[in-house]
Amino acid sequence: MFKTFVAAIGGLAIASTAAAADISGAGATFPAPVYAKWAEAYKAQTGIGLNYQAIGSGGGIKQIKAKTVDFGASDKPLKPDELAAAGLYQFPTVVGGVVPVMNLPGIAPGQVKLSGALLGDIFLGKVTKWNAPEIAALNKGVPLPNLPITVVHRSDGSGTSFLFTSYLAMKNPTWASQVGASDSVQWPTGLGGKGNDGVSAFVKQTTGAIGYVEYAYAKQNHSTYAAMQNKSGKFVQPTAAAFGAAAGSAPWLKSPGNYILLLDQPSAAAWPITGATFILMYRNQEDPANAAQVLKFFEWGYNKGDALAVSLDYVPLPANVKGLLKKQWASSIQSGGKPVYVAK
Amino acid sequence: MITRAARRRATNGVFVVLCLIATAIALSALVMILWTLLSKGLGGIDFMIFTKDQPAPGSPGGLRNAIVGSLIMCSLGMVIALVIGILAGTWLAEYGAGTKYGQVVRFFNDVLISAPSILIGLFVYELLVAPFHGFSAYAGAVALAFLATPIVVRTTEDILSLQPGALREAGMALGASRAFVIRKIIWKSARTGLLTAGLLGFARISGETAPLLFTSLGNQFYNARLSQPMASLPTTIFQFALSAYDDWQRLAWVGALLIAVAVLFINIVGRVLARETHRS
Amino acid sequence: MGAEAVIKPRRPLYESSMASTDLASPTGAPPGHATGEIVFRFACAAAATFLLAALAGVVVSLFIGGLPAFRAFGFGFLTSTTWNPVTEVYGAAGPIAGTLITSFLSLLVALPLALGVSVFLVEFCPPKLSRPIAIAVELLAGIPSIVYGMWGLFVLAPWFAKHVQLPIALDFAPDSFIGKIFAGTPNGANIFTASLILAIMILPYMAAVFRELFLTVPPQVREAAYGLGCTPFEVIKAVVIPYVRKGMIGVVMLGLGRALGETMAVTFIIGNSHSFPHSLFDSGSTIASTVANEFAEATSDLHTSALIALGFLLFVITFIVLAVARLLLREAKI
Repeated sequence: MFKTFVAAIGGLAIASTAAAADISGAGATFPAPVYAKWAEAYKAQTGIGLNYQAIGSGGGIKQIKAKTVDFGASDKPLKPDELAAAGLYQFPTVVGGVVPVMNLPGIAPGQVKLSGALLGDIFLGKVTKWNAPEIAALNKGVPLPNLPITVVHRSDGSGTSFLFTSYLAMKNPTWASQVGASDSVQWPTGLGGKGNDGVSAFVKQTTGAIGYVEYAYAKQNHSTYAAMQNKSGKFVQPTAAAFGAAAGSAPWLKSPGNYILLLDQPSAAAWPITGATFILMYRNQEDPANAAQVLKFFEWGYNKGDALAVSLDYVPLPANVKGLLKKQWASSIQSGGKPVYVAK
Repeated sequence: MITRAARRRATNGVFVVLCLIATAIALSALVMILWTLLSKGLGGIDFMIFTKDQPAPGSPGGLRNAIVGSLIMCSLGMVIALVIGILAGTWLAEYGAGTKYGQVVRFFNDVLISAPSILIGLFVYELLVAPFHGFSAYAGAVALAFLATPIVVRTTEDILSLQPGALREAGMALGASRAFVIRKIIWKSARTGLLTAGLLGFARISGETAPLLFTSLGNQFYNARLSQPMASLPTTIFQFALSAYDDWQRLAWVGALLIAVAVLFINIVGRVLARETHRS
Repeated sequence: MGAEAVIKPRRPLYESSMASTDLASPTGAPPGHATGEIVFRFACAAAATFLLAALAGVVVSLFIGGLPAFRAFGFGFLTSTTWNPVTEVYGAAGPIAGTLITSFLSLLVALPLALGVSVFLVEFCPPKLSRPIAIAVELLAGIPSIVYGMWGLFVLAPWFAKHVQLPIALDFAPDSFIGKIFAGTPNGANIFTASLILAIMILPYMAAVFRELFLTVPPQVREAAYGLGCTPFEVIKAVVIPYVRKGMIGVVMLGLGRALGETMAVTFIIGNSHSFPHSLFDSGSTIASTVANEFAEATSDLHTSALIALGFLLFVITFIVLAVARLLLREAKI
């Protein structure tokens, strides 16, 4: 019986020489649900399977550099010199936001107002109680409880942390000098939860806790979120419209290599902690047919994938930005001097 | 005055109670965890789990590609682990028993048992993924084999070295070669122990996520080709459980329940097949 | 005891008949068996050597990967508790401490439990219940480690915070001895709960193999002891355990090894702070959890190298712990 079992496995192994493979990509966890949704619909329409796996932004960058995948995905855009050194090209696909969430009894979502500098002080451990004067100053009339603040941050490296810490570094000079911005930092205080899930869980379980999660998590878990003060001084709620406003008012045309952080954008309706997620591909493709398939997929995503993205709480790029990017593809991704695919 | 006999009886009584308590604790931990698994996973089980592939959030789907992928990679991994593991364990118990080399191998094997699965995954990545520029189910199976083999070796050696020497002597006395004695007599007598070795190895790898992430990557679609990325239950569970979407989370718990049920099933079937006879 | 000397398996009897000859002509065996013998022996030896080579490969590749970090930080890597990916300063003291503490603590909890369960199953359990309970305990081993992690995070941690940490925090002043040992944010994510989860994870392996070991004791030996009037406790203590002592050591190594390397279950519940844990209920981190948390996202070469260096250190720790254990046991003449 054992022998037949081994023979069966062996037969399966030998039979595994079939032809066309799916396109594969790997990287950031943040866009994984929307890429999965797009891939499912795309396969139903065209029969081509695009397999995307979330192994982390760093993983995406590593794997595209190792050429084990057809494209990489990263929540952190690579700087133009890094791109040039690796021979890569990056373009954004969807936009999302990072939302501070809290566990405060008797407080409604969006009731508490925070500014970037104050948020930084809270996460530095400088402001330790919810009814501290710094918080009360921004929240007149809000019944802030007399509870100690428990900070919850990410224990694992993540694009969400990168966006959050970059924003804090922008608005709070002490944070910039003491901690800095990265997908993984040495947090001055607080607990580390694994994943957005872990942070949500800890915040839910601890009264007086504050953490930060991706918008989808805040929405799906019905968390108590804070309103943030944006660059024009207005306090905005975290909504798809606010993220879209941030994306729309960003200087895309002036960003070489598409390196752009959507933090603290000038529009009055913009959510200050917004970010896009990026695809990384080689400028010079060895397999033009494969690369064309990848581009066709993302073209489909731009043209037909908006509704699906919105259904999962993602924000599509503004139409003018999409047009600009599609035009970039012809000159940026080539094989033997010729564009791999010309998008419509 | 307490007699010695009474004291011995009392000590025994305390011991029995402690053993009972230990078993109760172990069983209650099992019950609590199973309760969580069942309450969260049972509700999501339907026919689609086995007939549809994993869905995007908000779409209907099942776990077919993950189940098939896990079956393929775990089976392949276990075949490798059993072959190498039992042979190596046999060598340690029979041929290399008192030798210095045997001590070295045994020691290194113990070290390998404690290797964090993520590091094994990285090693196999360097070996089988990076040079070939692609993730594959082969690499996944090899990574799993790496994890299961040391357990199989350790348990095999322990079990075989406790087989009575009289068995070996009887076989040799009848003129059989050593290899024959080992294969036909010792292995046979240690059957259930070897089975346990295999089951423990399988239990270890059935739920491993980290090594598969770096080797077989995972696949949203159905794929049975060993040279391509392949889905597996642990990687799918990992992705779905930590997501924000209810339907994905529910599928994750269903997947976890499936793994636990599979291990239980294989345990029972294995024991029945080996016909665990009371040693007399 | 005398029973050991008579029944313990002795290889020397037929070993000596083979000692003087090579395998090409085992004494008295028909000629056809010789090649089969050589092939089989070679296959076994090859498998064992392959194992060795595989481990060597892993260790070497880890060392090479971690070399940049070792060069950058030198010996300070082992003693520093700073882990700052922004300034690119890394120190392994926190994860190392967490790994050692959680592993030994979990072993401390799991060993008596595993012994108790296996003794119960072999000696006291009614035969009809014995197999189902054995299978139930082994089922614990089959639960994916991520489920342990999630169960720990969503069930054990809140329960622990509410029913253990809060009462202790309320009843004992922070400066008292008890207060100091059990200080920590009352949210259940700490070294102690991580150790508890680990203990539940390694318990089934140890119990299963203990049981198999106990079952290898020849009934005559046990019956002889009972015949002399021993209570079950004495039979276990003085006859069965000494008989299987070597195997039990192996099992303990197995359990310890598992505990040292376990990733998923620990990561969810240990709180993940890289500093040196100051109390039992303080959050900490282990080497495995740190690597799991940060490897996927680490882009800078030094960060990646520091994580791989951590992995290499885990192997070194395992070496040392297992070597010391063996040394101690040899002293105790086992």
